[in-house]
Order: sequence, then C-alpha cells, then structure tokens
Amino acid sequence: MSKSTRTEVIETQPRRRGTSRERVQLPKAQSGIEGLDEITGGGLPRGRPTLVCGTAGCGKTLLAMEFLVRGATQFGEPGVFVAFEETAEEIAQNVASLGFDVEDLIARKLLVVDYVRVERHEIEETGDYDLEGLFVRMGHAIDSIGAKRVAVDTLEVLFSGFSDAAILRAELRRLFRWLKEKRVTAVITAERGQGSLTRHGLEEYVSDCVILLDHRVIDQISTRRLRVVKYRGTTHGTNEYPFLIDADGLSILPITSVGLEHAASSARISSGVQALDQMLGGEGYYRGSTVMVSGTAGTGKTSLAAHFVDAACRRGEKSLYFSFEESPSQILRNMRSIGIDLEPWVAKDLLRFHSVRATLHGLETHLTTLHKLTQAFSPDVVVFDPFDSLDHVGTLRDTTSMMIRLIDFYKAQSVTTLLTNLTTGGTALEGSGMAISSLVDTWLVIRNLESDSERNRSLTIVKSRGMAHSNQIRGFLLTSRGVCLGPVAAESQRHAALRAATDEPVSRSERAVSAGGGNGRVRSSRTRKGQRARS
Amino acid sequence: MSSSSDSAGTGNGARGSAGEVWELRLYVAGQTPKSLAAFTNLKKLCEEHLPGRYQIEVVDLLENPQLAAGDQIVAIPTLVRKLPEPLRKIVGDLSNAARTLVGLQLRTPSQVEGRRP
Repeated sequence: MSKSTRTEVIETQPRRRGTSRERVQLPKAQSGIEGLDEITGGGLPRGRPTLVCGTAGCGKTLLAMEFLVRGATQFGEPGVFVAFEETAEEIAQNVASLGFDVEDLIARKLLVVDYVRVERHEIEETGDYDLEGLFVRMGHAIDSIGAKRVAVDTLEVLFSGFSDAAILRAELRRLFRWLKEKRVTAVITAERGQGSLTRHGLEEYVSDCVILLDHRVIDQISTRRLRVVKYRGTTHGTNEYPFLIDADGLSILPITSVGLEHAASSARISSGVQALDQMLGGEGYYRGSTVMVSGTAGTGKTSLAAHFVDAACRRGEKSLYFSFEESPSQILRNMRSIGIDLEPWVAKDLLRFHSVRATLHGLETHLTTLHKLTQAFSPDVVVFDPFDSLDHVGTLRDTTSMMIRLIDFYKAQSVTTLLTNLTTGGTALEGSGMAISSLVDTWLVIRNLESDSERNRSLTIVKSRGMAHSNQIRGFLLTSRGVCLGPVAAESQRHAALRAATDEPVSRSERAVSAGGGNGRVRSSRTRKGQRARS
Repeated sequence: MSSSSDSAGTGNGARGSAGEVWELRLYVAGQTPKSLAAFTNLKKLCEEHLPGRYQIEVVDLLENPQLAAGDQIVAIPTLVRKLPEPLRKIVGDLSNAARTLVGLQLRTPSQVEGRRP
C-alpha cells in the first residue's frame, strides 16, 4: 500500500532536477527500494556493478535481495542472487519475514539463487587456475532466466577460500568487466574494512557506484544510515540518510532532500473552535500550514488538538494523531469529558491514533515510522502531541533537524500539522524546546495565570503568517461542551470593573477572564514587540 | 553427456589402500592450456600411483554449465575425488605432483618437505 503512495514523493523530484543536465546522465535502473531512487536520482547505474559495503549486520544482504525482488516484481527484470554465505533455503527464510516470497519468484523463473560454497579445508591448490567455474555458473544462471540484475553476496568469501591473491585479484577484475559485458545491473556486497571501504579493496574494481551502509549506536539508540560515497557521471545526495528495516523491507528517508518549494494553499480550514477561527481572520488556519500550540502542563493543548481533529473528521477529512504520552483510549476518554467524542471517527477510520513512547525508538526510526504511517493513510491533518517529547530522544541538533524535515515533508503534501508544545514551568513561554518557532506558521500560546487564589487559562496568537489575526488575549475555558474563548480582555476588564463597582458576586468563569485580561495587556504589547524583532 | 571416461583394468601393487577404485572427476571449461595440462598431469600421476584402479571423468562446463553447482565448482580446473570418501578438491593444473598427491591423500603432508599440514 505504501508503495503506491510513494510515487507521489518521487514525482516531486524531477521538477527540481528537471534541467538539461539530467538528460545526459547515465541510464539508471530503479532499485524499487524506498528512498534509494530519490537519493541516487533514479536508481543504480544500469548495466554496471554497484558496490554496497558495510559492517556485519548492517543490511547489505537485504539491500541486495530487495534490489532483485523489486526488480522482478515491479520492473519485470529477473535477477540472479549469487550467495557465498548462506544457502538458498536460509536466504528464503531470512527474507520471508519481509514479505518476499523467494520460492515463488524462483518457481516463476524471475529469480535464481545460486549458493556457492567455498570451503578452504576441502581445497588443495596446485599450479595455475582461474575462476572460470564461477563465471560459468553465473553465466548459466543469468541465461537461464534472462536475468537483468545480479547480486553477489559477498565476493570476499573467495579470499578466505583461495590463497593466491594475485590470481583472485586478476579474476575479480575480469569478473567486473564480464558483468558489464553481460549488461546486467549488479549489486556486489562487501565487508567494511579498517581504514578502507572494503576489507579486500574491492572498491578498486567497482568505479561506478559505491554505497556505504552503517549501523551506529548513540546513547543506546541504534540508527542505520546509508550514504552514496560515489556515483560516477551523475549527481546524487551526499548526506547520510537514515534507513529502517521493517516488515516491508528497506526504507531510506531522504527527507532532507525535500526543498522549500511547496505550493502554499490559500484555502482555510477551521481550528474546530469558532471563536478561535474568528481570531484567525475569521476563517481558521491555512491548509497545509504548521500550527504550534504552546503551554505549560494542563493548559488544554490536547483539547485544542482534539477540536481540530474533530472538525477535520466532520468535514470528512482523514486525521492522524501521534500521541507520545497518552494511549488512544485515554485521549478518547478525556476528550469525552469536554464533550468531544472522537470514537465515531476512529470507527469510521477517519481518525487513526499512533501512540508510542518517544524513548522507544531513535529519532530516525520515529521519522521513518511517521513517514510510513502517513503514506499508508494519506491524512489531511496530522497532530503531534506533544512533539517536544521527541527531544529526549536525541541531541537538540538532531531533533531540530528532524522537526524541520517533518514540517517540510507535511508541507510538501499540503497536510495541515498541529504540534503541541509543552513548556515547562520557569522557562520562557514564548520559546519552543527545539527552537522551531520560526518554522511554524501559526503559533498559539495558552497560559495559566494565577490570581485571586485561582489559576485561569488564557490564549493568545503569537503569530499567524499571512493573515490578519487578533492581537487580543482571550480567556480559555474548558467546558463540558469543549473549549470556549471568553470575551476579549479589554471588555472583560470593563465587566470586572463594572461588577466591582456594583459589588455583584463574580462567577468563576468570569473571574477567569478578568484575571487573564489584567495581565494580558502588558504581555500582548511585549508579544508584538517580540514579533517585530524576529521579523 | 560429453564427458570422456578413462579407465584401466584391475591392477595391484600401488600405494594407497588396495582394492578400491578411485573415482576422479576433472572439471574444465573448454580446451584451455590449463585444462589440457591438468588432464595430462593427472593421467600420469594415476598411472604411477593407482595403476588399474582409477576412473577419470572429464566434465566440460562450457558444454554442461549446470553441472558446476553440484560439486560447488568455482575455480577451473578442479579435480574432485569422489571416491574414496571423503570428498577432496584440488584446484589448479596439477603441475606440482607432490601437492596433488597430498591433496588426493595418496601421501601425507609429512612426506612432502616444507608443506603445511
């Protein structure tokens, strides 16, 4: 399912790269591996070998196998897998968990798995020899199904099987030449060496494309990364890209390549709270914009998010709700208490929750998961509650870069994103944990103000790009019918003054508003100043 | 099958355990100098050490590529001792007779000077 939606992301590429230079680039064979074709600008060099190197357990074999399986199933290119390390049965078992039915492909003549066993202790060497036997086997396998792709995993086993390095090197050089003559697109895997890309210097023979896989553990959280070290004759992404191995195989996240070229929509969508829409130029948020709601604990950020999701579902739009602190049932229960019933939307599959503790995965794994869920569901509205949970997961730089990628990713798809941001007591309210406030389009701050032995909430719009918006501070009330915004501060102050004069008993809610208003005037002027300074 | 078969009648007095017939298979890929040398060297060696109780089957992989997988052939030429068991493989043109004998276990490594075990 995610495979079909993936094309949308890929299609954004040619627009940016659609220069005349692309026409003179090498012919490429799409790997079909999620994300890899975007980084390489269309795939691996067609008819040439590509070297994939990395340490043990970093996913080389899987990449090689997925390249063949996708080739056979998606691009009609049969493949040959030359396995030096595992038998055909073992490989079939290993990749079955990723949904690859190797045996079926073999039966349909789309794949040949040739297990080449080289046992040192069985072999005695005397006199001159060559590796023609290997060539014959590969040639036979390729010809038997008309293979267009070949994966060799991993050639270096030969170095432990044969002692004459001079012969081996000459033969490997011949092998790579032979593969080119055969016009097959090949993936050759090799073990990472110390101080060199591969243990036996295979990069010397493969000059067209070299991909490096890496598996790192930082702060007990492991992340796999992929980098295109070299790709002769073509432009390619040079960053390290995180990748994930999950139930669908490899998926690489080239989100950093998403540019700032998303089309800005002038369509507006409701925040779910009518009074808030009024404050936002009367129409609510821009579609595809990024909204951040900041506030200390218990100020009602989640409630505002629930209103937003509820309104989206009422319009028949799909919402994806990422919760990093509460389980779905807890959110449903809590929101029922303020009169928002989200359950019907869940039942209709208009609303999906994804609740997971932020510390469960590394950042990149989170990002990949979010990416995948988004592609599987293609939501119109996405909520992160609270997104700053993620900053416990990595360094500040990492989390900020992840948020940028995330915001860009959703913007590119015109998905409206609402982030809630938990500000801790004592820190500046108008600051977000990851310094992303300049990235968001609309920023709401909910404050808890203490006065007259009460805590009362108020809401301000700190900024909202591209629309006239209210500069007022409003009382923010959570009632059994949801969020209500109280009268504007100046007005409520007049009310309060009036009441004080007439000595009427003041109701709790009204006092809340007046308390918010009292403080608000000072703050609102500072807000405006602050905004001017930033812009 | 295009493999040629060379065998001799019963014989005796050779080294190695008496009685059993040695089944040898030589994998080649076309009539290359290396292949021809390997066959000549092998024939000579067998006549010397296993007269009358050996069988050589030559398999040309250019004609029967599918046979390479069975004996896990990678290098050419490769001599495979099918019988007596265990299976042994010797790669190369067999130009070093002493090593070939060790490989075939017709001679122990200690009988060859400077050989690793």
